[in-house]
Amino acid sequence: MSLLAVEDVVVRHGGQTVLDRVSLTLAPKEIVTIVGPNGSGKSTLLRVLIGAQKASEGSVRAAKDLRVGYVPQKLHIDPSLPLTVRRFLDLPKRVKESDARAALEAAGLADLGKRQMTDLSGGQFQRVLLARAILGRPQVLVLDEATQGLDQPGSASFYKQIEAVRNELGCAVLMVSHELHVVMSASDRVICLNGHICCEGTPDVVSAAPAYRELFGTGTGGALALYRHDHDHHHDHHHDHGHNHAHDHSHEAAE
Amino acid sequence: MLDDFLVRAALAGVGTALATGALGCFVIWRRMAYFGDAMAHAAVLGVALSLAFAMSIFAGVVVTALGMAVLFLSFTGRGQSADATLGVLAHGALAIGLVAIALVPGQRVSLEAYLFGDVLSVSRGDLAVIWGGALIVCGILASQWSALLTSTLSPDLAHAAGIDPRKQDYLITLMLALVVAVAIKVVGALLITALLIIPAATAQRFGRTPEMMAVTASILGVIAALGGLQGALIMDTPVGPSMVCVAAVMFVAAMSVRQRRA
Repeated sequence: MSLLAVEDVVVRHGGQTVLDRVSLTLAPKEIVTIVGPNGSGKSTLLRVLIGAQKASEGSVRAAKDLRVGYVPQKLHIDPSLPLTVRRFLDLPKRVKESDARAALEAAGLADLGKRQMTDLSGGQFQRVLLARAILGRPQVLVLDEATQGLDQPGSASFYKQIEAVRNELGCAVLMVSHELHVVMSASDRVICLNGHICCEGTPDVVSAAPAYRELFGTGTGGALALYRHDHDHHHDHHHDHGHNHAHDHSHEAAE
Repeated sequence: MLDDFLVRAALAGVGTALATGALGCFVIWRRMAYFGDAMAHAAVLGVALSLAFAMSIFAGVVVTALGMAVLFLSFTGRGQSADATLGVLAHGALAIGLVAIALVPGQRVSLEAYLFGDVLSVSRGDLAVIWGGALIVCGILASQWSALLTSTLSPDLAHAAGIDPRKQDYLITLMLALVVAVAIKVVGALLITALLIIPAATAQRFGRTPEMMAVTASILGVIAALGGLQGALIMDTPVGPSMVCVAAVMFVAAMSVRQRRA
């Protein structure tokens, strides 16, 4: 049974067709990544899925009482709005102290509850967004280019964190990225979008697909291989939880 | 106790400041200062309509302020920039209001009272309206606080949490209209925005969380209201502007204090 499904969704802005008959289903515990060039409708598709954007045509179905955790592309916090990390985690619902601490830890952060959101580094900020999103015990975690503004090691470690979160919470993950090489190996399924769905499948299938190569060229192959090596390494040490955390903390400290 | 006009004036100021302080935080977080100004200026037109049709000034002002919000949405929806639209609406509404008041037949209206407030002439009935409106605003703020805050941070975040950010926008607009109607008797149409912005902007330097900032803003608003009333009596100055002066002095003082948040 799928958690979330869109069928033949069309979205038009003005005279322009942003999404053209896009269909997509998300099964429990699946990690699906949507890749595509700028302006390919990736964010629009996510916004349709979370209900922020109405489809001009087609249907959007969500499982009953589906809990969605959303990590936006960028969250601008007006400097006039004082907001501690702890208070931010209380949005939209107050959460228990122990839950807040657990969520921060799951997102790879030490307790920085008292810090102002505006004082965080880019990497910390995105992890706090992730922590907030998983607090509602989501069945689906939706991330919209959540690593924008992070450097490559930063993004790689962020995506590993997402995989860890998926394994811990058992939620499905739907994310958008244009950092193909970094994100693809962490995915079960990749959807290549350019207004319509060009191709989809496992990372290997998509990166070999002609439609994908046409959009992104073949130049990312090397980086993909590099990252894949890294990814395997991660899997080898997967049982070693303490190692992962130590690694993440040292990364944060280095930022 | 309510027989004393000074007690009534003080209560009117306190009631207004409680609502404007907390709501003012949303106005600055959402950068709606100019929007609030346009609604407040429209209040003069509301007064003229109320007089012409012999209805309650509160109702007239609320309706005109909401009408202003509808016009704003319709103009910006047709491609006008928000900034220019608000400029047109704020001053257009004020000018039309001034002309309309002059055209109201019969009574001689003291324009100054509506532009700068006339808190010393607040009646028991006015007081009931002011506190009624202020309590409604505070009630909406308290009950919808989390949804309002989430929508203010990010409409998409709200959507994903099952909150309709459009509904929250409407609530903010409605509360602004109520506050304008409540405050016109106290500080007048031209200075209402000051009571929204100044206490909130001052409180920003001391609050670590949105709640602390809102409570601080309301308290600062009350201090400005009571201090302004006191000052006006001592120096024989107009009360509404004196309240705003106290608020402004507190803001400048706060700016010179080291920010505690960081």
